[in-house]
Amino acid sequence: MKAKAWKENFMRGVFFIAACASVLAVALICIFLFANGVPAMKEIGFMKFLSGEMWRPKNSIYGIFPMIIGSIYVTAGAILFGVPIGILTSVFMAKYCPKRIYKPLKSATELLAGIPSVVYGFFGLVVLVPWIRELGRTLKGMGLISSSGNGNSILTASLLLGMMILPTIIGVTESAVRAVPDHYYEGAVALGATHERAIFRVILPAAKSGVVAGVVLGVGRAIGETMAVIMVAGNQARMPSGIFRGIRTLTANIVLEMGYAADLHREALIATGVVLFVFILLINFCVAILNRRTSHE
Amino acid sequence: MSSNQVTLKQKLKAYRRTPGSFLVMLLVMLSAILTFTVLIFLIAYILVRGVPYITPSLFSFTYTSENASLMPALINTVVMTLLSLLIAVPFGIFSAIFLVEYAGRGNRFIEIIRLTTETLSGIPSIVYGLFGMLFFVTTCGWGFSLLAGAFTLAIMILPLIMRTTEEALKSVSDSYREGSFGLGAGKLRTVFRIVLPSAVPGILAGVILAVGRIVGETAALIYTAGSVADVPSSVMGSGRTLAVHMYNLASEGLYMNQAYATAVILLALVVGINTLSSIVAKRLTKA
Repeated sequence: MKAKAWKENFMRGVFFIAACASVLAVALICIFLFANGVPAMKEIGFMKFLSGEMWRPKNSIYGIFPMIIGSIYVTAGAILFGVPIGILTSVFMAKYCPKRIYKPLKSATELLAGIPSVVYGFFGLVVLVPWIRELGRTLKGMGLISSSGNGNSILTASLLLGMMILPTIIGVTESAVRAVPDHYYEGAVALGATHERAIFRVILPAAKSGVVAGVVLGVGRAIGETMAVIMVAGNQARMPSGIFRGIRTLTANIVLEMGYAADLHREALIATGVVLFVFILLINFCVAILNRRTSHE
Repeated sequence: MSSNQVTLKQKLKAYRRTPGSFLVMLLVMLSAILTFTVLIFLIAYILVRGVPYITPSLFSFTYTSENASLMPALINTVVMTLLSLLIAVPFGIFSAIFLVEYAGRGNRFIEIIRLTTETLSGIPSIVYGLFGMLFFVTTCGWGFSLLAGAFTLAIMILPLIMRTTEEALKSVSDSYREGSFGLGAGKLRTVFRIVLPSAVPGILAGVILAVGRIVGETAALIYTAGSVADVPSSVMGSGRTLAVHMYNLASEGLYMNQAYATAVILLALVVGINTLSSIVAKRLTKA
């Protein structure tokens, strides 16, 4: 009997230790990133690093402002393309879709989420980049823009990221829309509202915090995306000068130069990772708050 | 057809009085069509361009500069997947058991774990890659190796496995547990003999999803497992997985046809894995 109690307690301890693994992982990630990145920021100068407009590792000039702006631009572009289409598609899935075709469409959105980012990137490279190049040339021919670029641009990256965040937004928004009680809709229709009016004036506002949580999750995915962006964004480390021109994001900066970087350059790249990490933590924090609010409602 | 069903004609007629609603309806339809067209186009494009280049030479066991074979990368992917699962699955399942079966409700520790897993699942893969490089490659001194890559990926998939296992354990009815206790079984016996077996399909679905993530991962592996195009002699050697291989082919630009073919294989793998996962999950809901 005693041996059994000992075994029970021992396994309880094992389970507890396993449960600590995720806490340990987060702690280690924070410690290692900050310990390796923050000293470099100090050495370069905190403000100089964050707001410097020049990134010239050869001359020991490390300013990541162009990359911060780059990440923000492509993320904003992704929201511009992805959010309206994502929300409207989720409304279709929840309120318009005939039952018969719902299941295949639902698995199609799951498939969209499962496609690896490197395949998206490849698709962008071989399809979107030539399209945008042509579009840029046509617009330049018409005198609408001054520089056509070569297809690797903010616009291309935004389009591709917009595609990539669709499944996130559709998934979260659809379940938020479905969670709104039916009598909201019935009440609106009984008062004479059309199907559309009931959905867009009553149901969507009621599902607001869920929808916002979906969008914020999409933002997190867009800002952290690496491989797909590298393949289509051009990666020039300078201030953006138009949506048909190339840009480098924070994530791209790390992958592109880490292979050969040494000393302060390497630490500056890790510091780039720290900045990205802080962005992501802020976004996670927003999602957590939004989710808490939804569950309280 | 029942009497309260509206025909398409009547529907259109009703819209004539409310043009705004009609416009909104059109927008909704257009968006849905656009979303699914993009998906179909992407898959069709890669299939059409890639399938003709799937040749036997693509599957030869060595990678040479004349023949960008994907076989070594495929083998590395399998090894990497097994290693990562070996590390992450026990931790994930055990911690889910602790959360569901042992920790009392309202336990502060649970709050902390939940917060950390949420944080982990939001971290982008490049940050995992950076951490793996700093910790496993440099601090542990493992160098670029399959092992360093596998540990990095294990941390990455841990929250996924934890969450799906938790859901699966929670869906096991309490009467099972009560019945087991009533027959005199201890806590441990109840967990391993009663609760876990009934939760297997849910756990398995989560594990398969995790496999899908491992197979598609690139950014976390470039600076942990490296990108050597051969099968290393041990897990301490560097090797590229299929997704990294695909990235290298596409960015080098020398083997575009092989890149298309690799994309097809990668896509087929991931689609297959995800389908398998949803089939397994469906069996859970039936049981």
